Amino acid sequence: MSLKDKLHVIKQRYAGTKMAPAFNALHTFLYTPNEVTHNGTHVKAVDDLKRTMNTVIIALVPCLIFGMYNAGYQHYLAQGAIDKASGFLGASFWTVDNLIIGAWTILPLVVVSYGVGLAVEFLFAVIKGHEVEEGYLVTGMLVPLIVPVDIPLWMLAVAVIFGVVIGKEVFGGTGMNILNPALTIRAFLFFAYPTWMSGDKVWVHGAVERDQMIAAGATNLDAMSGETILGAYAQNKTLAYDYWDMFWGIIPGSVGETSKFLIIIGALFLIFTKIGSWRIIVSTLIGALAMGLIFNAVVDAGIISDTSKFYGLMSVPFWQHLIIGSILFGAVYMATDPVSAAQTNKGKWIYGFLIGFISIMIRVFNPAYPEGVFLAILLMNVFAPTIDHYVVQGNVKQRMKRLKVKTA
Amino acid sequence: MAILSKKDTKLITDPFLDNNPITIQVLGICSALAITAELKASIVMSISVLFVLGVGNVVISLMRNIIPSKIRIIVQLVVVAALVIIVDQVLKAYAYELSKTLSVFVGLIITNCIIMGRFEAFALGNGPWRSFLDGIGNAAGYGFILILVGFVRELFGSGTLLGFPVLGDPIEKSGLYSIGYENNGFMLLSPMALIVVGIIIWVQRSRNASLIED
Repeated sequence: MSLKDKLHVIKQRYAGTKMAPAFNALHTFLYTPNEVTHNGTHVKAVDDLKRTMNTVIIALVPCLIFGMYNAGYQHYLAQGAIDKASGFLGASFWTVDNLIIGAWTILPLVVVSYGVGLAVEFLFAVIKGHEVEEGYLVTGMLVPLIVPVDIPLWMLAVAVIFGVVIGKEVFGGTGMNILNPALTIRAFLFFAYPTWMSGDKVWVHGAVERDQMIAAGATNLDAMSGETILGAYAQNKTLAYDYWDMFWGIIPGSVGETSKFLIIIGALFLIFTKIGSWRIIVSTLIGALAMGLIFNAVVDAGIISDTSKFYGLMSVPFWQHLIIGSILFGAVYMATDPVSAAQTNKGKWIYGFLIGFISIMIRVFNPAYPEGVFLAILLMNVFAPTIDHYVVQGNVKQRMKRLKVKTA
Repeated sequence: MAILSKKDTKLITDPFLDNNPITIQVLGICSALAITAELKASIVMSISVLFVLGVGNVVISLMRNIIPSKIRIIVQLVVVAALVIIVDQVLKAYAYELSKTLSVFVGLIITNCIIMGRFEAFALGNGPWRSFLDGIGNAAGYGFILILVGFVRELFGSGTLLGFPVLGDPIEKSGLYSIGYENNGFMLLSPMALIVVGIIIWVQRSRNASLIED
C-alpha cells in the first residue's frame, strides 16, 4: 500500500474525531484531497490557497539562499578572514564556507518558525474543529527573512506563538486577520527584545558572542561589527558601501531583505503570476519616492542645517531610499498580503502610497526606529478596511448621483 | 448559620467572575493599563479602590433619599473626591515612593468609571449594607484582574515580583538569565497590558459561553 493510500485509511479512521483536522491537514499538505463535492454548482480554479502560498514561497527562496551566503560572508568579512567581494559575482561571496555557516545559523530559524507556527495552527484547528489552513506557509517563510541572523531561537519561538495567536487566531484564523502575522511577530520581537533587533552588532553572525567574550576578558580578539546603512546614515557617518553593494545586497541587514536585485526578481515573478498586486508595489514605491523628494526639497531650501540630527537621512537622494533598508522587501512581500491589504483597486493605490510615505517619514524622523517599514505597514493594515469603506462609499455616491440625473 | 444571605453573597461573588467590572463590563481599563507594570502598584491601587468604593457606596446609599436627582452626579463626585484625597494623603504620608509611582492615577480614581457606575446603578437604590457588599465585591473583582495583570507584567517584564528578583539577576547572569533568558520589554509597555486583559477576557468567555454577546 502506498503512503497516499495509507493516509486515506488513517484519515477515514479518524474522521469525525477531534484529531481529524490534524490528519486532514497532513494529507492535503502532501497530496490532492480525495474528497469531491457531490451537490451544487461550484467554480473550479487551478490556483487554490495552497498554490498561491507556494508561489510566494518560490519567490522567497532566492532571498533565503542569498541570505545564507550573505550571513556567512558578513561573518567572515567582519572577522577579517576574507576580502570584500566586488559586485554580485564577487569571488569571496559565493563560497561553500559562507553557505555552510549561513545555513548553520539560518536553517534553525526556518525550522523554529515553521515548527512552532504550524504547531500552534494544528492546536487551534483541533480545538476549534476546523481544517488547518495554509496561511502559515508564507508567514513561516517570511519570519526568518525579517529577523537578524543571531536572534536567539527561544525568542523567535515566543514571538511566533504571540504573532500567530494574537495576530491571527483570535480574529478567526487565516483570512480573518487584521494585521500581517509575520510583521506582528517582528513587531513583538522589536518591542520585547530591542537589544537583539537593532544596533550595530546583531546583523553579523557571531558579533554579539564576540562582544561577550571580550567583555569576559578575551584579549586576543577584535570586536566585530556590521552597522546597517540606515544606522550609519542616522548618525551622519560616511558609508563603507557603494550603491551597487546595496543593490546586490552584500551588506549587513536582516536575513532576506538585503538583496534588492533578488527582491525585484521575486516581485516580477509575483506580478507575472498575478499573486502580488502590482498596484500596491508600485504605489508603495511612489509614496517612498514622494516623501524622499519632500525631504530633499527641505534640505535644498536650506530649512535645516547640516548639524541637525535629521540631516544625514534627509539629504539622502530620494531614489536611494529604495535601495537602503527594507522598503522594497516590505512593498513586495508584506504590503501585498491579500488578507490585510486594501481590497479595492483605488484603495490599493492609497494604501500603498501611504505605506511608502510613512515608512520614509519614520525612517528619517525617528532615530529610535531605524527602520519604520514594518510599523508603517502594520499601521496601514489597520486602516485598510477604512480606506476600502470610503472607496466603496464614494463609488456608491457617484452612482447614486448618476441615477438622480437620469430620473430627474 | 450563614453571615450573608444567598442574595448578599451573590453581590460579592458575581462581580468577581461572571460580572467582572474589567473583563465583562470593560470599565476602569485606563488604570488597568497604566499602573500594572508593577505588582506592588497594582495591589496598592486595588486597596485604594476597595476603600473608595466600599465607603463611597455606603455614603451615597445613606444619602440616597436626600440627594436631589438633578445634582446627584455632583454630589457623587464630591464624595469620591473626598475619599480619594484621603487615600492620596495617606499614601503620601506612609508610602511616598509608591505614591510617586502611582502619581496622577490615584487622583484619577475619581474618574474611574467603575465607581460612578456602582453609585449610579446600585448605591442610589439600595440600603447601606447591601451597597457596602456591592462596593467591596466590585472593587475586589477589579483588584483581582489588576493584580493578575500586574503579576504577569512584572514577572515577564522585569523578572521580579514585588521588587524581589525571582528569576535571577539579569546583570550578573544568574538564575534563568544564565541560560540566555531575557526580560520581555514589551510587557512593560501599556499595549501589552491591553493584550493581557484581552487574553483574560478570551479565556473567561471561552469557559463560559453565556458571556459571549453577538
